[in-house]
Amino acid sequence: MPHLMVTLLAQPKRIAGGLRLDANKAQSLQQPLRTANVPEQLYIPLSQHIGEAAEPLVKVGDEVLKGQLIARSSAYISAPVHASSSGKIAAIGDYPVPHPSGMRAACIVIATDGKDQPADTGLKMDAVFDADAADIRQRVRDAGIVGLGGAGFPTSVKLNPGPDREIDLLVINAAECEPYISCDEALMCSRPWEIIDGVRIMRHALNARQVVIGIEDNMPRALECLQHCLDEMGETDIQLTPVPTIYPAGGEKQLIYALTGEEVPSQGLPIDLGIVCHNVGTAAAVARALLQGEPLISRVVTVTGEGVRQPANLEVRIGTPVAELIKECGGYTDEVARLLMGGPMMGFSLPSDAVPSIKTSNCILAASYRETPQVTAASPCIRCSDCVDVCPAGLLPQQLYWYAHARNFDRIQDHNLFDCIECGCCAQVCPSHIPLVGYYRFAKTEIWALESERQFSDMARQRHEFRIERLEREKKALEERRAKARKALKPKVGDADAKQAEIAAALQRVKAKKAAQSVQPRNTGNLTEQQQADIAEADRRRSTGGQS
Amino acid sequence: MEFPIQSSPCLPLNNSLSRLMVRVMLGLIPGTLALLWFFGWGVLFNLLIASATALLAETTMLRLRSRPVMSTLSDGSALLTGLLLGLSLPPLAPWWIPVVGALFAIVVAKQLYGGLGYNPFNPAMVGFVVLIISFPLQMTLWPPPQGLEAETLGLIDTLRLVFTEALPADATLDSVTMATPLDVAKTRIGLNYTWGEILADPSFGGFAGHGWEWINIGFLLGGLWLWQKRAIHWQIPVSMLGSLFIVSLFFYIADADSFGSPVFHLFSGATMLGAFFIATDPVSAATTHRGRLYYGAGIGVLTYIIRTWGGYPEGIAFAVLLMNMAAPTIDYLTPSRVFGRKDPEES
Repeated sequence: MPHLMVTLLAQPKRIAGGLRLDANKAQSLQQPLRTANVPEQLYIPLSQHIGEAAEPLVKVGDEVLKGQLIARSSAYISAPVHASSSGKIAAIGDYPVPHPSGMRAACIVIATDGKDQPADTGLKMDAVFDADAADIRQRVRDAGIVGLGGAGFPTSVKLNPGPDREIDLLVINAAECEPYISCDEALMCSRPWEIIDGVRIMRHALNARQVVIGIEDNMPRALECLQHCLDEMGETDIQLTPVPTIYPAGGEKQLIYALTGEEVPSQGLPIDLGIVCHNVGTAAAVARALLQGEPLISRVVTVTGEGVRQPANLEVRIGTPVAELIKECGGYTDEVARLLMGGPMMGFSLPSDAVPSIKTSNCILAASYRETPQVTAASPCIRCSDCVDVCPAGLLPQQLYWYAHARNFDRIQDHNLFDCIECGCCAQVCPSHIPLVGYYRFAKTEIWALESERQFSDMARQRHEFRIERLEREKKALEERRAKARKALKPKVGDADAKQAEIAAALQRVKAKKAAQSVQPRNTGNLTEQQQADIAEADRRRSTGGQS
Repeated sequence: MEFPIQSSPCLPLNNSLSRLMVRVMLGLIPGTLALLWFFGWGVLFNLLIASATALLAETTMLRLRSRPVMSTLSDGSALLTGLLLGLSLPPLAPWWIPVVGALFAIVVAKQLYGGLGYNPFNPAMVGFVVLIISFPLQMTLWPPPQGLEAETLGLIDTLRLVFTEALPADATLDSVTMATPLDVAKTRIGLNYTWGEILADPSFGGFAGHGWEWINIGFLLGGLWLWQKRAIHWQIPVSMLGSLFIVSLFFYIADADSFGSPVFHLFSGATMLGAFFIATDPVSAATTHRGRLYYGAGIGVLTYIIRTWGGYPEGIAFAVLLMNMAAPTIDYLTPSRVFGRKDPEES
């Protein structure tokens, strides 16, 4: 598909709306990134990404090695799951997973043996940069890599722009705009080469013309580390651009706007502009998989907040219980009041720490009351429109709230509800303390439910209509056949003589047939002449005798 | 370990309704002080009576409607309505004027519509309009401003006049009151005085009426402070003052004898109070940024029309109420441009 060339701005733009928030990243960056211990049990959910859940390939009692595939994905939008350490499969069943409802979902439980013995995954490629893009995508897919920025969309799908799409720009998202979260920053400071390698692989797989790493300008150390690494590797075609620190500059569409001045079409994707965007952590995961043969079995997690004694960034095996991570960071302080997964703006509240850390878990925030005060009762909306000023999507949050409150789902869609990215800026500035994002989530869920209901009833109606139509059609066809048959029976005017002749012939035939039938069959085939004569004689006698 | 859950965002909130209302009240201070200085004790009585009535009415209505009382009262909106009404009333009006006005504002214009956030009309202006239509005489009881060498009433005399409607022995109602500059301008233009002659009258002061200039400057300063504190948006005051300026300039240029000057219109009457504190009431105003420009411009134009050709000397209250009516339509017609869409109408 033809599209305009995307040009990178010399001076990145400030995004529309947004908020300046206290970064609160320093706490977790005081200690260097370290690897978390292997827990006794790993709870590995089968669905840690957007799309279909993976299907288990192991059974209870099986021995598995670190990096071994334990659940495969057959759907296109899905991701396989690997053992994060070696051990024995202890159970397969429903366990609590990270979700505000305390939901349980299918997990594979591994009782680790502490040996951490690696499996040969076969993911490693010797000549990545000569490899076919399809081969790279397949390996990225086999490695179970999903977007590590938060959404968890399968990376291989995003590395596949389609056969006739050209990629102008690969954007690497290193903005990390949410307060408290510093996992990307920690990764950039401690393993920048992994990121650069991953970016190069992605660039090769996408055949992207330009590459830019967008990073918030309040991370000078990370910027320096990446720049130093680029210089050392002699890489000059990857641009490193600081963008103004403002939440949510790390939103995909916002970052693209800041870097290029282009707006991703509403309801569209960056690919519509010839742009693909990946998170820095994802890039590093790609490099690990293809260069070291390690599938996505661990990620960097920020453990922070006033509720934990020693905030830090940890390289955490997927499936490690949150409680273990807290323990490893010195345990809870007396001030702990709430536990969040993700940041304070877009993360979600965990009802318990007995859940595993998964592929998309970027941060565990054990917050004090001071950090996350109790929600007070909401006051009525006074339409002050402070929310309009901060909305990065250019929406009218006060109107959306009004329609969500009134369950007016048609009007709320007219007001572009589905352009809302749920960044939470509106609720953050609301003087009436209305949980606005909650209302939007509610409205979206209701609309989806209505939509699927409508689809279902549409289908039923269509089926019914088709049936009626088919019955009608069959009835009509039958009528037609009958009419044709009747028509064929009717005499044709002007053919009277032929008809007459035909009738005569038919009568003749009947007569002949009758005559033939009147001759009684006799078994007289192989008789002598004498016998024949006797029979004739008898017949003659019979006939004459009968008459006399 | 178990935790209570909370929906995100969960950062501490540093904005609140009461903070907003308190800011608006603080913004009223300079203009109020000027009003007190020029018009004396009556202003204070109006403020006190109107606020007390408003709070009482709000409490009673909340009780009747089984709504939380203390938490709602503490948002400050009822008090603010009382104060705004009190500031608009003539200082020598009898005590029941602010009482009736505040009762009507809170009971009918606010609570019967569902309370804060649900009132389509600005409650203080509804109260004011009810009074000016029902009690036109009492609504003209403005004393002469301080410094005009006219008779001014002291604390006790004002108290007696306001609460018992008794005048000092040697005074008449005419001797203790005086027409406002807007009233003077309207009457005299009607009598074919030229604008120059009206201005030359010593009671008129520098450029927009003795005392009134300073009162308006006070409200302007308070309003600018509010804008700087982000308690109000700039669109409504700017478009309202801008349109009032442009329309009055147009007629002033066309016929400088029969029409008031733009400066007079901007700094007389309730212009600045209206622009920064009344038209900006978010509940009853337009809520889109573009819509607010139209909304404010409408108020400016209507104010001029009512002042110049209408039956009342001051038109702010009527103009605000008329535009309140138009606000939902204005909002509907002025959608914002959504990120990733070409024009606002496309959806």
